[in-house]
Amino acid sequence: MARTVNRISRFNITSLALGLAFLYLPIVILVIYSFNASRLVTVWGGWSLRWYHEFFNDRAMLDAAWMSLRVGAVSATLATLLGTLAAVGLARGERFKGRALFSGMLYSPLVMPEVISGLSLLLLFVALDAERGFWTVTVAHTTLTMCFVTVVVQSRLTSLDRCLEEAAMDLGCDPVRAFLFATLPLIVPAIAAGWMLAFTLSLDDVVIASFTTGPGSATLPIRIYSEVRLGVKPEINAICTMVIALIAVLIVVASFASKLSSARGESAAPL
Amino acid sequence: MAEELAKIETAAESVGPAPSPAAADMPLLRIEEVGKKFGSFRAVDRLSLDIRAGEFFALLGPSGCGKTTLLRMLAGFETPDEGRILLDGKDIAQVLPHERPVNMMFQNYALFPHLPVRDNIAFGLKRAGMARADIATRVAEMVSLVKLDGLEKRKPDQLSGGQKQRVALARSLARRPQVLLLDEPLAALDKKLRESTQAELMDLQRRLGTTFIIVTHDQEEAMTMAGRIGVMDAGRLEQVGPPRELYEAPHSRWVAEFVGDVNLFDGEVSSRDNNRLTIATRDAGTITVAQPRQPVTKTIVSVAIRPEKVKMSRRGPVSDAGTSHAINRLEGVVTEVSYLGGLTTYKVKLESGAVARSSMANTARLDIDAYSAGQRVVAWFTPDDCVVLEQ
Repeated sequence: MARTVNRISRFNITSLALGLAFLYLPIVILVIYSFNASRLVTVWGGWSLRWYHEFFNDRAMLDAAWMSLRVGAVSATLATLLGTLAAVGLARGERFKGRALFSGMLYSPLVMPEVISGLSLLLLFVALDAERGFWTVTVAHTTLTMCFVTVVVQSRLTSLDRCLEEAAMDLGCDPVRAFLFATLPLIVPAIAAGWMLAFTLSLDDVVIASFTTGPGSATLPIRIYSEVRLGVKPEINAICTMVIALIAVLIVVASFASKLSSARGESAAPL
Repeated sequence: MAEELAKIETAAESVGPAPSPAAADMPLLRIEEVGKKFGSFRAVDRLSLDIRAGEFFALLGPSGCGKTTLLRMLAGFETPDEGRILLDGKDIAQVLPHERPVNMMFQNYALFPHLPVRDNIAFGLKRAGMARADIATRVAEMVSLVKLDGLEKRKPDQLSGGQKQRVALARSLARRPQVLLLDEPLAALDKKLRESTQAELMDLQRRLGTTFIIVTHDQEEAMTMAGRIGVMDAGRLEQVGPPRELYEAPHSRWVAEFVGDVNLFDGEVSSRDNNRLTIATRDAGTITVAQPRQPVTKTIVSVAIRPEKVKMSRRGPVSDAGTSHAINRLEGVVTEVSYLGGLTTYKVKLESGAVARSSMANTARLDIDAYSAGQRVVAWFTPDDCVVLEQ
């Protein structure tokens, strides 16, 4: 086994290195330059935490970051609630009329170009005369991310044995309690993974946010985008590094959660 | 073990529902004209059945015959389209599963993977609002009843198949249901384990006195365990009776063929006297059979003989003044010999081209009684061993 690996490893390692470099080199450079002491982005001036310090004194940037975190948390929570309900409806509900249409419409944000989603939401908010700001972005992000939660939770639900809920009912649970006691504990990791996915998506969305936000309530990506148009400040690198760190942590936690979820369900699989 | 059981039995008597006065002649469970359709497919077709308290009843049938649907209607997971299901005289057809004094053991056990053995068994007791101390006592009883001592803290995925089966059994018995439904409870176990578990299930049922209804497609399993068997096909009960009756006195061709092996010869009744019928068959000549208790009314009938009742010899049965005139003789050539250890089955090609099957117990270690392919033999059987089937 080890010999086989050795024999093919030179080619494999080269291609792996090239692939990873292609994907991650720009990010690595960004992270390194976020610790640059120089004012010029492209000139290395030694190690420093100056730009991190700068960010924490930049009122507008901090507001945008706070806005993004709030939008992310609220929209991810709403999306998780709605998405889980939709997943339960699709995976557990009887074959109701219009089920195919419902599931098609549910998943359409996955393939819909964001510009179109954003524009249509903007038109809606204008027609409703809604004041654009925190809530419009939150609603927009909820509609964007809900389908991702549904995908994650539904795939978990369909892999669960329906007999578990029946067994719970047989042992004295009404249908609601059967769901709470027998199903929910097994899909909690998937729900958590869905929440984190939704939060991450909301955190890095520019297009829909820029359509649906209003004056004075820019999210972090919008803020960064507008700053960059005036020229890249090293401060941006520092912010981006922190966002990358946050997202990396969330993704690792989410993948552990879903792994835990499927490991738990193994014994529930049909024999 | 015995002590525990005694405790459970006395406890069951004290908390169990008192038998109503009418219960003496009323069956515990009465299924009346129950029907269930899925789309245009009739899964259960106006089926009626009575099950007495304390019975071990098996529903036997090929897959898709509706036996599982019937069981699920008893558990409440399916609602009948028509008919009534009376438990202790009360119609429970529309009652939800959690409100029925009936529990089910699932085919794949359906253990809650996130709960340890102890909490799996306690699940139904907690939902019933039992006091914490009582739950602990009951769980301990159940654990020793199904011999799971020491495994209380294990999660289901740390258990073997046989252990999971025991947990499922303990969980479904913990609430002391009036009726326990078992859906193919042994299908996932290997053969040796299945045999010992069959014996344990029977023992348990006898001691607890709970009514067991088991669904199976395995006729040996049904015959070993059940006091009565209902054979189902296409949503209907073909025949209900004790195992021996199903095997020795099937009502129809279908039952005769489904339960065990059988030789069937179609023919026409050519003469009848007091206790003998003569039937002219196309494949096996004239066969004399004993007149069944229910007089045969049709003339086109089938004669069924179980293979082990067909004896073989080189020259036919030894002549015996009293019975020889009535013995049926079929002459032919052995075409196939299958040695199965305890018995050997033979296929004998008759002159008409039809094949008769015979199986003989290998009562001696040396093969003095064996026949080989190509040998001319006489296969013979008595009129009393034949069953006349009108349908």
